[in-house]
Amino acid sequence: MKITKSQNGNNLTVALEGRLDTNTAPELENVLKNSLDGITELTIDMAALDYLSSAGLRILLGAQKTMNKQGSMKVTNVNDTIMEIFEVTGFVDILTVV
Amino acid sequence: MNEMTIDATVENIIKVTSFVEQELEALDCPMKAQMQIAVAIDELFGNIAHYAYNPDVGPATVRVEVIENPLAVVITFIDNGVQYDPLARNDPDTALSAEEREIGGLGIYMVKKSMDEITYVYQDGQNILRIKKNI
Repeated sequence: MKITKSQNGNNLTVALEGRLDTNTAPELENVLKNSLDGITELTIDMAALDYLSSAGLRILLGAQKTMNKQGSMKVTNVNDTIMEIFEVTGFVDILTVV
Repeated sequence: MNEMTIDATVENIIKVTSFVEQELEALDCPMKAQMQIAVAIDELFGNIAHYAYNPDVGPATVRVEVIENPLAVVITFIDNGVQYDPLARNDPDTALSAEEREIGGLGIYMVKKSMDEITYVYQDGQNILRIKKNI
């Protein structure tokens, strides 16, 4: 998976490319752990993400919880496969998918 | 039918996924079904890697079969580790808020929802988990 960060003041966009799964989820966890200080708007861009498994959902949940305390988070450009995963798991109600 | 036997480790999930995807290539499998199968492999082989032989490492066999009329792919995961029926656990409450949410059980739940059939048997000391996806 490729992770691209772009920051503009307190806004951070994290673009994901490839597969967010058991092997790659720790990479995202690490990036987020070291990047969210002072961030008030977090965007996870999934335009180039093929799919995610429950390991990825765990990281998204953690990020959402962090951002609930300090600002807001949205998930953008979700493909059909990923949207179905969000719907089936109820994550569609936890995340802000736009 | 084709199968591979490999150490059940997290690092080997990618090899199992490539093996299965190679088998699916000849079938003109739609992209969405391919991705759902890849997620299922991540969850199921990942479970074996994490729990079956913990803290040791042991082997798992992944078998791919194609059924015709109607076209379907059947993938069977076999390990000799600790007896564990992933279908026995209750489905997670998907209506809870972020603060109340737990991730445990979500993976197998996603597999149940995205595959057409899932069965588990414990036989001759082996966990045998089989998923079927209509294509």
